[in-house]
Amino acid sequence: MNVTRGFTGRPRVHLPGLPPGQYDAGDDWPVLSAEVTPDLAPADWTFRIDGLVAEPRSWDWDEAHGLPASVYEGDIHCVTSWSKFGVRFGGVSLDAFLDVVRPDASATHAVAYSHSGYTTNLPLADLTGGRAWIAWEYGGRPLPAEHGGPARLLVPHLYFWKSAKWIAGLRLLDHDEPGFWEQNGYHARGNPWEEQRYSGD
Amino acid sequence: MPGRIAVSDRAAALWQTATLTEIRRETPAVATFRFAVPGWAGHLPGQHLMLRLTAGDGYTAQRHYSLASPPDDAGHIELTLDHVEGGEVSGWFHTEARPGDEVEVRGPLSGFFAWPGDRPALLIGAGSGVVPLMAMLRHHRSRGLDVPLRLLVSARGPEELIYAAEYGAETTAVFTRRAPEGVPVGRLSAAQVAPLLAERPPGGWEAYVCGSNAFAEHASRLLVTAGQPVDRIRIERFG
Ligand SMILES: Cc1cc2nc3c(=O)[nH]c(=O)nc-3n(C[C@H](O)[C@H](O)[C@H](O)COP(=O)(O)OP(=O)(O)OC[C@H]3O[C@@H](n4cnc5c(N)ncnc54)[C@H](O)[C@@H]3O)c2cc1C
Repeated sequence: MNVTRGFTGRPRVHLPGLPPGQYDAGDDWPVLSAEVTPDLAPADWTFRIDGLVAEPRSWDWDEAHGLPASVYEGDIHCVTSWSKFGVRFGGVSLDAFLDVVRPDASATHAVAYSHSGYTTNLPLADLTGGRAWIAWEYGGRPLPAEHGGPARLLVPHLYFWKSAKWIAGLRLLDHDEPGFWEQNGYHARGNPWEEQRYSGD
Repeated sequence: MPGRIAVSDRAAALWQTATLTEIRRETPAVATFRFAVPGWAGHLPGQHLMLRLTAGDGYTAQRHYSLASPPDDAGHIELTLDHVEGGEVSGWFHTEARPGDEVEVRGPLSGFFAWPGDRPALLIGAGSGVVPLMAMLRHHRSRGLDVPLRLLVSARGPEELIYAAEYGAETTAVFTRRAPEGVPVGRLSAAQVAPLLAERPPGGWEAYVCGSNAFAEHASRLLVTAGQPVDRIRIERFG
């Protein structure tokens, strides 16, 4: 251990829901995107799933809203070390979309891509079983554009860069294909509890 | 969105000891910290690193800091830190740190906000957001590059302008609260951005915007309105 002379850190309370290396951002919700916030109206938003599926398809805003509503209530964790407790997102479970397109048995991974050209990769198992959403509401109101509105992917059990803002689609693959930050040295999976921040962690 | 520059995963995965060798005051709230890092793999201007402080009981605090120094400063790196009110890490640097102290760093990180010096660069920063842009300006100077480079830097007043003595003809400073005699006060506007876009260097500008989220939103909108393609704007938000 390399102790830093004179550094004690803040007085600490143990927060059981806080992964290692994270702090509670409280009411703050920092914005961390490397691109210009796109001007994307709900009427222009679409979401597509293709690749290794039986029936590729796209949904527009109204069609997506026709699927059964689903809410995520819990915590989110950003790789830049803030976490937010007890947030509430509204949208549709990704399972509802996947049930329609029917993934092939050979599909193991997905690349999520946004309307702005951002990409991120995920094991398919992290997107199924009620663990991922397409979200368009935050705290009961429309999701703000700088946080990915009109709609973003939400995979709250992984670091938040996996929850692609301005989500445009998923492509299902039989292999892993690094996305934007993953090609920039970030970890392929990004589990906050294992501190999978950078490749090599 | 713009493409990226390949970075070494191996260097980024490794924690290295950085020894503080010098502290230079920039403004009342900002100072530059120079470190010796003998094994530093080098970096591109615009990249940042992760810095870690460790308390006696094993508690660690990690923060991202942009590299202020150009790549050619072999075996040394410089960081420029704003003293954030109540800040855990910047607080330690501004009140405790002295030459000889050791901290840990890993990096360089992210090839997205990096500028290798190849394309005309239009840099817009506010507050400590000017730090990665200064690495680009210093690189441009130390290599004697002739590719066009312009810097727009916003500060509350002249006494808060970081690196004030180092700017040359490439830089325009914008003061939002207090300005010297004869210089207008006001936030960055189309009046400063439009003339730079009108210069249209061969191949067009690669734009780099850095600062708070509010500033990044404002500046990137000005750029888009003035005609800069969205896929040639790179943004780094300090939160
Ligand atoms: C890519 C990148 C590059 C950056 N480059 C620079 C740079 O070049 N120069 C620079 O000065 N900064 C830079 N930053 C910002 C830097 O990473 C830190 O956020 C900043 O120095 C503040 O850290 P701190 O430990 O001093 O403050 P923190 O302790 O993190 O406090 C920051 C704010 O959060 C609150 N807070 C945080 N944690 C807690 C907690 N546990 N309890 C209560 N309140 C808390 C504080 O009250 C304060 O308002 C960069 C950020 C990024 C993402």
